[in-house]
Amino acid sequence: MFSVDLIFEAVLFGILLGCFYAAVSLGLSVAFGLLDVPYVAHPALLILGSYFTYALCQTGIDPILCGLLLMPVFYLIGIAFYRFYYETFEKRSTDTGVRGLAFFFGMAFIIEVCLILVFGVDQRTVSASYIGSSLEIGDYRLPYRMLVAFVIALSLTFVMTIYFSKTFNGRAIKAVGQDEGALRLMGANPVKIKQLAFGIATAVNGLAGAMLIIVGPVEPAMDRIYIGRTFCVVVLAGLGSMSGTLVAGLVLGIAESIVMMTLGPSWAPAVSFGLLLLMLGARPQGLFGR
Amino acid sequence: MTSMKYAAYSSLLLLGLLTLSIMSGVNEYFFFAGFVVLQFVVLATAWNILGGYAGYVNFGVPAFIAVGAYTAVVLFKSISAPLLVQIVGGGILAGALGLGVGLLTLKLRGIFFSIATVAVVFILETLVNNWRYVGGATGLQLTRPADLWFFDSYVRMLFFVMAVLAVFSVTVARYVQDSFLGRGLRAVRDSEEAAECSGVPTLKIKLIACTISGALMGIAGAPMPMYLSYIEPLSTFNLSYSIYALGMPIIGGTSHWIGPVIGALLLATLQQIVTVTVSNELNVLIVGVLLVLFVVIAPEGILGLVKKWKQSSK
Repeated sequence: MFSVDLIFEAVLFGILLGCFYAAVSLGLSVAFGLLDVPYVAHPALLILGSYFTYALCQTGIDPILCGLLLMPVFYLIGIAFYRFYYETFEKRSTDTGVRGLAFFFGMAFIIEVCLILVFGVDQRTVSASYIGSSLEIGDYRLPYRMLVAFVIALSLTFVMTIYFSKTFNGRAIKAVGQDEGALRLMGANPVKIKQLAFGIATAVNGLAGAMLIIVGPVEPAMDRIYIGRTFCVVVLAGLGSMSGTLVAGLVLGIAESIVMMTLGPSWAPAVSFGLLLLMLGARPQGLFGR
Repeated sequence: MTSMKYAAYSSLLLLGLLTLSIMSGVNEYFFFAGFVVLQFVVLATAWNILGGYAGYVNFGVPAFIAVGAYTAVVLFKSISAPLLVQIVGGGILAGALGLGVGLLTLKLRGIFFSIATVAVVFILETLVNNWRYVGGATGLQLTRPADLWFFDSYVRMLFFVMAVLAVFSVTVARYVQDSFLGRGLRAVRDSEEAAECSGVPTLKIKLIACTISGALMGIAGAPMPMYLSYIEPLSTFNLSYSIYALGMPIIGGTSHWIGPVIGALLLATLQQIVTVTVSNELNVLIVGVLLVLFVVIAPEGILGLVKKWKQSSK
């Protein structure tokens, strides 16, 4: 029943899917992994990115371009979010755990409901020349939309990895995640660095949201399942590792793709959440953590 | 309030509600809506035992409700168990789920526990979706048994049952708050390391609280299938329950057992009005906005506001 060909196709599709999952989790990897902010509103912002892309696309702009245009807007949203979070919770540092979580969880629901009130509960898609057709190599069919997402995802991860290892600001962000006090002693302002990091984390969601709506139809309540996918990737990767994020995304993508092919699509949502639980129980520091 | 006074007040309250539910002339809709309000009293109180006292945020409330509800369905379908058996069974299994999730993640930081509880919702939903016996994704129609005790209608009976469960949950929460458990949990919330160093068995009391909290959510969910005479995964596993069960205690005030009761009574009543006149989405929006506002401006909730107002008027 399960031929080698079928498994090969599942793995191939899983790789494409996995890179896409890695890309949508990059922002969370920075915000939660590096900065330790319980950013549960991340998936909701991802869906917001998709809907902004949808709205922009109605004017005839290409969805990828929309995603790029959204990045500065999302950068500002991220800065505003962090400023607010810092002023109300981090600065006073009382009971941040519960209040921070409740704040971001509440924001996620507010975003979701606003999307329902504005766009309705129907699924939305965008159209472009590369959506709907497939690349055929021999017997295999690879949808162009997946390939496009694959290329964007890889370049995004590549750029982020370079940014965090080579540039001054990138290294400073990594440093602030490790030891805030030490950074202050070096004469850098940790709050400014964190603000920058949060801006970048959210800006990535602009482009990732565009990718999401290129890959398939989007509906407002979709952020709920992406809580599992993004947190699974970030925990699997070991908090804050960019290259780890790519590997973790691949693990999730391939696992989900194989489960979909063998057990059927109705089992797919359990894969990411199951992996997440397994990881938390067995190795909470992630695959690449110390 | 002393224990004697509390016992007197709560039995008076139950007696009043019992009289109300056997009186003729009261509109059926009152009981239909009242059941939901009382259910939220149970949920908010249950959430607060772990979330409010210990500071561990449970996002997976629908998972516990659903374990209660589906246990009831299985017990009803297989051995046509009476309502009370369904409720006890649902409570036990949901408590076991709480213990399981707790064992897996309560050693870790709070956020991991929160994310794990979301994971449990989706994993259980997927299981139920693929479980034919309880109707799978399409759901299952249930016929209510004819046994009404001495009530005129099934909804009236369920209303009274939920009232008893609400008083029971609040009593448990009150006991937990005043016992060694509550003191230990508050110590955990303020500083887990300091509590551990002072000899508080932190993991053990967190596990006990998580089990109690889960079991209470389970008993709130168990009468649901009979209330709707229908069960279906999409609405049972709806994450909106989480925002309600978390929002109500935080808006009411998490430090005292009366806080979640105030929050649940106010918000759930408001919701019943809004759902009838406007829409369901607006419901989530109201609780979401209020939750964010309270968390930012008045983290002590309505209780804190009242306390402040009393102090300034002195």
